Amino acid sequence: MVQILQDYWLLFLVGQYPHGPIGGLAMTLFMAAVGLSLSFPFAVALALARLSPYRWLRLPATAIVHVVRGLPLIMFIFWVYFVVPLVIGRPVGGVETLVITLVVYEASYLSEIIRAGILGLPKGQVEAAKALGLGYFPTTFRVVLPQALHNMLPSMVSQFVSTIKETSLGYVISANELTFAAAQVNNQLMTRPFEVYGLLALTYFALCFALTSAARLLERRIASERGGGLSLAAAPA
Amino acid sequence: MGYVFDPAAVLSGQYLDWFLWGIATTIALTAAAWLVGMTTGIILTLIRMAPFRPCEWFVALYVEYHRNVPLLVQIFVWYFGMPELLPDVLRDWVNSHNSEFVLATIALGLANGAYVSEDLRSGIQSIPSTQYEAARSIGFNYMQAMSWVVLPQAFRIVIPPLVNQTLLLFKNTSLAMAIGVAELTYRTREVDSYTFKTFEAFAVATIIYLAISFAIMALGSFADRKLKLEIR
Repeated sequence: MVQILQDYWLLFLVGQYPHGPIGGLAMTLFMAAVGLSLSFPFAVALALARLSPYRWLRLPATAIVHVVRGLPLIMFIFWVYFVVPLVIGRPVGGVETLVITLVVYEASYLSEIIRAGILGLPKGQVEAAKALGLGYFPTTFRVVLPQALHNMLPSMVSQFVSTIKETSLGYVISANELTFAAAQVNNQLMTRPFEVYGLLALTYFALCFALTSAARLLERRIASERGGGLSLAAAPA
Repeated sequence: MGYVFDPAAVLSGQYLDWFLWGIATTIALTAAAWLVGMTTGIILTLIRMAPFRPCEWFVALYVEYHRNVPLLVQIFVWYFGMPELLPDVLRDWVNSHNSEFVLATIALGLANGAYVSEDLRSGIQSIPSTQYEAARSIGFNYMQAMSWVVLPQAFRIVIPPLVNQTLLLFKNTSLAMAIGVAELTYRTREVDSYTFKTFEAFAVATIIYLAISFAIMALGSFADRKLKLEIR
């Protein structure tokens, strides 16, 4: 295992970067970060729509969230893989496909977290804002969301971990990321799959375990700050 | 675009058979992995309750491994890695007996077991310890207190999260296509590459996945309503 690490650490880390496209762990982190960040505005919009008093906003948003929750991620990857090239009229690479998929997919899961965060706030916050004469948008963006987002930080970190794990599906459409890099190494070595994939599992474990531990720490800190506030567990992938 | 959407083209003859086989395999995989997951989850919960510290550490490590490594990678470790560790005779036997399905079941089931054990644990922990103490004080022994007082109450609490885990497990069976298990997603790609009716093939698969998922979700909210106690 040490031998493999010595020979291939660079491939695991950045893919074939100086001589080819960037990949490996760097691409995994990049896709997870970009996918989750881009999905954030959509998630806020979906969460607000689901909590809206208007049926015509609430029903479609609820439907979207349920459809996304009811389908395997791999189905979305294939839809994006086939539909996006038709829409924009040019072939699309694996990385772009995966990032677009993650934006769509994570927006729904993230919106559930945001919704729970908003519902977890004391009602008095909204009432106080209204009593001060604030309208819907100032109330939402200056009173409700800042507090809700702060409380949700640990769940966001957990969701980032889920997203990192989901990028491993890039392998199926040959996006250059960590799992794909490991498969390349395995194809070159041929005879030691247990060590290669064991190493891959350990890499993911080290990264994700560090992040989950950070999330747990954050959660404890925020809970003590709020005197035993809310604790939200993110849906696992 | 001049593209005619024609679902009948992928829902006839052998293609219909492929879809049906795919659905059957997906359901079989879900059921088999569910059984493995439930068994593992219950065993892990029992191990964790043993009054011996290393038991607790073992379960914690097990749960953290399965939660922090992508499921696809876990499947690869089982499918590509494990045969390397087996003695030759056993490896030949595994390879000649539908190894993809079996190894995918093991990988999916063991990962599911980690989540199940967490759900069971938090269900049991949410029962106030006074319930157990009261049972002991009226003369129940440990087993009686557990099986007549604590577990029946915990049961109510764990059913909804377990239904949710089942939904996740069902969706995750699609990952088995990466190692060549001929489940629904795999069959869909096969139909697609034979007929070039990409949209039809994936639309059919999407509807099937959604139908089964919604059935599981409906079951979940039904159980939720049935099991919720009125707060007095």
